[in-house]
Amino acid sequence: MWGLRARGPGGGLLLALVLGGLLWTGGVEVEPGGAHGESQGFQVVTFEWAHVQDPYVIALWVLVASLAKIGFHLSHKVTSVVPESALLIVLGLVLGGIVWAADHIASFTLTPTVFFFYLLPPIVLDAGYFMPNRLFFGNLGTILLYAVVGTVWNAATTGLSLYGVFLSGLMGDLQIGLLDFLLFGSLIAAVDPVAVLAVFEEVHVNEVLFIIVFGESLLNDAVTVVLYNVFESFVSLGGDNVTGVDCVKGIVSFFVVSLGGTLVGVIFAFLLSLVTRFTKHVRIIEPGFVFVISYLSYLTSEMLSLSAILAITFCGICCQKYVKANISEQSATTVRYTMKMLASGAETIIFMFLGISAVNPFIWTWNTAFVLLTLVFISVYRAIGVVLQTWLLNRYRMVQLEPIDQVVLSYGGLRGAVAFALVVLLDGEKVKEKNLFVSTTIIVVFFTVIFQGLTIKPLVQWLKVKRSEHREPRLNEKLHGRAFDHILSAIEDISGQIGHNYLRDKWSHFDRKFLSRVLMRRSAQKSRDQILNVFHELNLKDAISYVAEGERRGSLAFIRSPSTDNMVNVDFTPRSSTVEASVSYLLRENVSAVCLDMQSLQQRRRSIRDTEDMVTHHTLQQYLYKPRQEYKHLYSRHELTPTEDEKQDREIFHRTMRKRLESFKSAKLGLNQKKAAKMYKRERAQKRRNSSIPNGKLPTEIPVQNFTIKEKDLELSDTEEPPNYDEMSGGIEFLAGVTKDTASDSPAGIDNPVFSPDEALDRSLLARVPPWLSPGETVVPSQRARTQIPLSPGTFRRLTPFRLSSKSVDSFLQADGPEERAPAAKPESTHM
Amino acid sequence: MGSRSSHAAVIPDVDSIRRETGFSQASLIRLHHRFRALDRNKKGYLSRIDLQQIGALAVNPLGDRIIESFLPNGSQQVDFPGFVRVLAHFRPVEDEDTDLDPKKPEPLNSRRNKLHYAFQLYDLDRDGKISRHEMLQVLRLMVGVQVTEEQLENIADRTVQEADEDGDGAVSFLEFTKSLEKMDVEQKMSIRILK
Repeated sequence: MWGLRARGPGGGLLLALVLGGLLWTGGVEVEPGGAHGESQGFQVVTFEWAHVQDPYVIALWVLVASLAKIGFHLSHKVTSVVPESALLIVLGLVLGGIVWAADHIASFTLTPTVFFFYLLPPIVLDAGYFMPNRLFFGNLGTILLYAVVGTVWNAATTGLSLYGVFLSGLMGDLQIGLLDFLLFGSLIAAVDPVAVLAVFEEVHVNEVLFIIVFGESLLNDAVTVVLYNVFESFVSLGGDNVTGVDCVKGIVSFFVVSLGGTLVGVIFAFLLSLVTRFTKHVRIIEPGFVFVISYLSYLTSEMLSLSAILAITFCGICCQKYVKANISEQSATTVRYTMKMLASGAETIIFMFLGISAVNPFIWTWNTAFVLLTLVFISVYRAIGVVLQTWLLNRYRMVQLEPIDQVVLSYGGLRGAVAFALVVLLDGEKVKEKNLFVSTTIIVVFFTVIFQGLTIKPLVQWLKVKRSEHREPRLNEKLHGRAFDHILSAIEDISGQIGHNYLRDKWSHFDRKFLSRVLMRRSAQKSRDQILNVFHELNLKDAISYVAEGERRGSLAFIRSPSTDNMVNVDFTPRSSTVEASVSYLLRENVSAVCLDMQSLQQRRRSIRDTEDMVTHHTLQQYLYKPRQEYKHLYSRHELTPTEDEKQDREIFHRTMRKRLESFKSAKLGLNQKKAAKMYKRERAQKRRNSSIPNGKLPTEIPVQNFTIKEKDLELSDTEEPPNYDEMSGGIEFLAGVTKDTASDSPAGIDNPVFSPDEALDRSLLARVPPWLSPGETVVPSQRARTQIPLSPGTFRRLTPFRLSSKSVDSFLQADGPEERAPAAKPESTHM
Repeated sequence: MGSRSSHAAVIPDVDSIRRETGFSQASLIRLHHRFRALDRNKKGYLSRIDLQQIGALAVNPLGDRIIESFLPNGSQQVDFPGFVRVLAHFRPVEDEDTDLDPKKPEPLNSRRNKLHYAFQLYDLDRDGKISRHEMLQVLRLMVGVQVTEEQLENIADRTVQEADEDGDGAVSFLEFTKSLEKMDVEQKMSIRILK
């Protein structure tokens, strides 16, 4: 099944030599192929090379490729200049040369079967699963135009021009007709997703440009497949027998192939999402479903001769949201890493084998005119096509594609392994000049990947950056420059830069109302809201800090002090939201850090003042928050780095919310601004010591009962009133709800008791589930914590949750009987 | 893509707004659409809450200050002309803007006005100067929690000192402009979709 056709022990031996490490295989020389030696009684050790040959060779190749990657990255200088794909191709050429020198037969080649069945799917699935959906659909029109019209244009012009030159006699005598040229044009026309990603990942272009090239390379597959199939069948029919009906059929088949492929993908995505909804008790195989079902979508559409790439792409795109919500955090991590590993590995192997496959004199047929003209035509027509289409698009696009973008778009049209696999698939009987096509394709692929890949980075830099002087920017410039970036991204958000808001709103409405309900776990539906999660965590921290502070002081007397400026800010190192068993025990080690002393800090400040001089720049450089454009990281096959950004987002979000609450409170409770500022300062001082975000306010009262609620209970008792989202259109709703309600002096509508004047607190609030329980986590404070908290009457009101949603009715309510619940603002995803 | 059903006629005073802000008709229509989308109760103006609902602003360290800048002088609402007036600061500088008619007022998207917009985000008390304290406040917003308070104060001191030419311990607008004279503000403070 694996197409790396190793030729007996010789191949294995050679590999061992290449690796240089596996010395024990030298045993082959002693008794080559000894597996079936004469049976001279029982042998203690037998050598069964033939038995393990295929998987062994495969494993070795994978190992070589991976080791090569390590090798490349030993030298940072090389990898920052030369794209990895180019290095791999060169390595492949070298290895191929060695194999050839030893064997004189091209033992290992990249066969279409291997490529299409095993190497391509992980790459495309990865691309789909990590697709920045919003960006993708925001630019879908442009992407489709480039993918469909652009590819047809490239194929037609390249094929026809080559035919024209052929007629002029420049290429000499070739057994080749118009249809063959068109066939060749169609397979060489498509921009290759593997190559494009490999190169563009290292060239940091703006997100719109990236998604256009990336999207085009994925979606043009349908066109390529159809054109290829159509012309191939035309070629085998013979030029004279092609009728108009066949042409019409070809066009129809385009729609069938592309839409059918997409449909298959969507159906499987639906299936996958549905399956992951019910995997709660088989967490360990959860990640498997993602891969198996996606792969099935690929195979299914291949079976139906639809566009397999489209199918698996859309399977990934459509399922990502639901799968991520359904599967556990660990499974999600597993899926992420496995996907990246498979994709990255497949890519490595593809490029290496492209290099190896080229070392085979039997496939080389040289025709200077044909090769050179192909190179010229694909570059020129790509550029012309891009300019024409962009001209058309810019009349409708909000974000214009500037000339620089067009240069990058044209230059980024890399060809790759798809073209190679397709050309190898050609039937040498029908296409007489197959070898010429193969060698030309190899040249084209090498040229685009190596030459264009090498030069595109300098080109982008040269085109974009006008900076002539390179100097260390002054502090002011650094700080204000960064501030400008933040301002700009905020203004972009306010002005709503990407259109389609209407459609997006409609879609998210539909998604909320129907899709998510079917495809997501109930608990996930509840907690999918990011803001809810953040508040859940904030409140969790509140609770923890409350307990710990109580422990530190030995009593909880401090919370009885009602004065607002006597708030105690306790802080903790961040920890995961699943707090189990003994909270207080875990936290005890941090307690000493809780106590802070501004006096000593200030003294220290004066003494180290001078030494700070040098580090100031450095500090700013390192710790200034990055503007969104810089970190909003699109898609990378090799890296999973968004955690840093998420942390930053979360940090800022906490601060913002805290401040908004603070200012709201100060307005509400008449707390004057100075005090708030002082509080903030104190808070901050603590915060940086523990590098986490403190809670502004401590609870004064405690809900007594039911610290333990099992997730199951939540699930079972989840009766879910139909949520009423109508008046929502996204964003941070809870504050809106809260402030609005208070503004109109109707505290009844306020769910969060922190905002309520004390007399407004009634029993109904107590009945609400504490936030740290709501998304279905189990929190069991330690025995000690429980006994130490005075179960004061009236209890922890302040600790009661930010009840943001009225849609969940959980065991608390059920236990406490019917309660009157004020309608509250329902939060919603932030559309970030 | 393209503009939807809304027409320029829906926008009151469309011509005077265009003259003041320099936005194209299409941009205004789009912004008006956006304005109405943000205005959730069809009040005809945006309140602070409307702006706070833009999720991405909550993760923008300067988000709240920018919201503040839309609500001038402590008012709680902004109407459409006010909305676009702020956005107009971010219109790219085009060639036709540069040949200035001395009689006309300076366009909102001039370098000076762009800088002034940024300046007033820092200058909370509107005394025309960024004090050390105000600088510190911005720094607190923009720097991760890993940085200690004393480092922050140090940075704030330095930043003020670096720009402060007359030695009053604060950065005036003139000094602010000077400290950034090497920076390509026109490009950095422009959004190309706001034409």
